[in-house]
Amino acid sequence: MKYIDEFRNGTIAISLSDKIAELVKGFRKITIMEVCGSHTMSVYRYGLKRLLPPNIRLLSGPGCPVCVTPVSFIDTAITILHKFANEIIITTFGDLFRAPGSSSSLEKEKAKGASVVVVYSTRDAMKIAEKNTDKKVIFLGIGFETTTPTIAASVLEAERSNLNNYFVLTSHKTMPHVMEALLRDKELNLDGFLCPAHVSTIIGSRPYEFIAQDFHIPCVIAGFEPLDILQGIYMLLEQIVKKEAGVKIQYSRVAKCNGNPTALAILDKVFEPCDVEWRGLGLIPKSGLKLRNRYARFDASKVFRILDFGFRIDSGIQNPHSASNGCICGDILRGVKTPSDCKLFKGACNPEHPVGACMVSGEGTCAAYYKYGETEP
Amino acid sequence: MKLIKINGVTGIAEIGGLQREIGLLLVDNANVGDYVIVHAGYAIQKLDEKEAFKTIALLESYHEMPQDTKSTKK
Repeated sequence: MKYIDEFRNGTIAISLSDKIAELVKGFRKITIMEVCGSHTMSVYRYGLKRLLPPNIRLLSGPGCPVCVTPVSFIDTAITILHKFANEIIITTFGDLFRAPGSSSSLEKEKAKGASVVVVYSTRDAMKIAEKNTDKKVIFLGIGFETTTPTIAASVLEAERSNLNNYFVLTSHKTMPHVMEALLRDKELNLDGFLCPAHVSTIIGSRPYEFIAQDFHIPCVIAGFEPLDILQGIYMLLEQIVKKEAGVKIQYSRVAKCNGNPTALAILDKVFEPCDVEWRGLGLIPKSGLKLRNRYARFDASKVFRILDFGFRIDSGIQNPHSASNGCICGDILRGVKTPSDCKLFKGACNPEHPVGACMVSGEGTCAAYYKYGETEP
Repeated sequence: MKLIKINGVTGIAEIGGLQREIGLLLVDNANVGDYVIVHAGYAIQKLDEKEAFKTIALLESYHEMPQDTKSTKK
């Protein structure tokens, strides 16, 4: 496939692997975090850790949307399902469908007969709303700056077409803020960030500049194909070896300095910053996005009055069930532990019966370790 | 995915024989024949073919390096 196969060439991967080894030969141990879950999956799928010398350590970051969605969000969706059972249809992305709340999941509720439909996008959810005018259709919106513009676009399209039975329940998050929170974590010593490809396609490279300037940590925006990742790592190592810190773009065929101004304008029209809870990481100020008041009539949290149930999605209150079972997803998301450190991994927690969100999502670190095996050199 | 048809704010994109309807609200000036990055049902950016060729050429140059600059690790 054009513009994909070229970035999966095994012979060039070996040459790049040699170049990387040459560059850091005799150098100290270097830790690089790939922030995005799609990078994590590529790293494992293509066995890229085996192509890196032993002094390069790749850490997975918090960029898996389902993994960082708080238990309270899933509990809220389930409570709405129970309270408005005959009036609503909940639509959701496939991986959120299976994510555990404190006592159930959307998958379990569907098995009991609840109206939950897995969709590929908001466009599918809107089509369900068009076909079921007697029902209120709620789309569960999670994800980073890549996904949020698609939810914003759906709200604008629903407004334009007078689709009055379409609503969104959102827990959107922004990437640079969590990266800053990670840098302030004393347990984590990072030498560089491999920045997400598609978040950066939207936001551009500028929002990462404070990381290079204030924290002296180099950043490279890399694509998701194996050669993109290896080249991105090489571009990071070049900076680390020279003790330089800047923001560079490997994925220049898609990601630009200014990002995608059209998508950013739509995002800004519909959403505004808010404090938000990250599963495992707690409340991070201004790291979330919520619907602006102007679009309150599409906001399921207001229309279905979730505050009346005692839920506050943005409250920062950790559900006691989320950590008391021994799950260490939080430490894994912060990059301070790996799945092998978890006593539940491969036993009580597995893809058939996930305990933590990192095992549920296809982009989760635990799911990647389980599927492809531990491949530390 | 390659954009093969445009109908106002939606379009049809194709990859490997698979076709999908996508939203075009998030990209400006998309034309039939453009390659677009699709995320959750929407095109989120057009692919810059010139930059793609530059990156591919650079990657290929790594492989064409003289043998003596490479280590023997395989």
